Amino acid sequence: MGLWKFFLKIFVISMMTFGGGYTIVPLIREEFVHKEKLIGDEEMLDLIALSQTAPGPIAVSTALLTGYKLKGRRGAVVGVIAATLPPLIIISILYFFYTWFASNIWVRAALRGMSGAICAIMIIAVYDLAKAALKKHKIFSAIIMVAAFLTGLLTSINLGLIILALALIGIVAFHYVPEEKMP
Amino acid sequence: MILLRLFIAFVEVGAFAFGGGYAALPLIERVIVHRYGWLSMMEMTDVVSISQVTPGPIAINAATFVGMRVAGLPGAIVASFATVLPQTILLFIIGIFFFRGKRPTTIDHAFLALRPGVAGLIGVATVSIFISAIFLSTSPIVIDPVALVAFSVVLILRIKRVNLFPLVFLGAGIGLLGHLVEYLTGTGASPR
Repeated sequence: MGLWKFFLKIFVISMMTFGGGYTIVPLIREEFVHKEKLIGDEEMLDLIALSQTAPGPIAVSTALLTGYKLKGRRGAVVGVIAATLPPLIIISILYFFYTWFASNIWVRAALRGMSGAICAIMIIAVYDLAKAALKKHKIFSAIIMVAAFLTGLLTSINLGLIILALALIGIVAFHYVPEEKMP
Repeated sequence: MILLRLFIAFVEVGAFAFGGGYAALPLIERVIVHRYGWLSMMEMTDVVSISQVTPGPIAINAATFVGMRVAGLPGAIVASFATVLPQTILLFIIGIFFFRGKRPTTIDHAFLALRPGVAGLIGVATVSIFISAIFLSTSPIVIDPVALVAFSVVLILRIKRVNLFPLVFLGAGIGLLGHLVEYLTGTGASPR
């Protein structure tokens, strides 16, 4: 895939990332895991985890790392620009009539349906990613997954800290139990 | 110079906004509303509501909006790219170690826990998207019938592996159609 094609793909994906944050994940998967088959689901999880180690919008980090993975450093820069331009262009235009737009009843109506759709899309993505994450060390992985889910759901601990804790748990656990013996 | 001040302010927002999405809001508010006075509290609320109906991260939306307000289009461009600069630099450095050559096994071990953990965290995000999309209110429980229909239809089509991009538009179409039906029958739920 050329840089230009990659730019266009991320540009379109960024234009459809409503709701922010992780909603970019199913869109990136659709293009680069399913259609182009350039990234596997396990690698996708790695990229998302890595994107959490930096501050700033998750969608931009994920686009950057996808670019880095596929096209090296130039891909990373293209990923950032392609992810940043759509919101920049859209808000620059809407700036002149934002109160009308944000309160427009038809815009709101379209959004009600779209949020429902995005939610369904996210559920399928989570199911696929969970399956990929449970491929190795089923019991260990299942415990970690449930623990991370409950921590995120029930506490307000910062995501960055949860990521750090997960990395440490992995390092310590596999230091004491060799990979081939981990259930 | 105003562009330089915008740049510095939004590099700070980008550098310290951990956790993504609405976690960044208090920081944006502190820098933009309280320190520089570029937006009033009311306008900040407008930025949040416009972010809900447009794609893209709220930090970039806020940066573009403030940039336009303070210095027009050049301001919007400077502020938006300033927001993503810190993560770009940091991930560039991380990328050099991660994508080049052989990784130490310690890093591989960290990722064996990070993969299931991240799947769990995306699950959390999905739960909160579900609650805000499907429920108009959680106490008492009021379900948005239009969102529920869009959700169910898209879920079924997605299980059948229908391409994702048209499904987002299908959702929008169901939203418009649903509103039209509510409007014609006078059964509309109050819009959010």
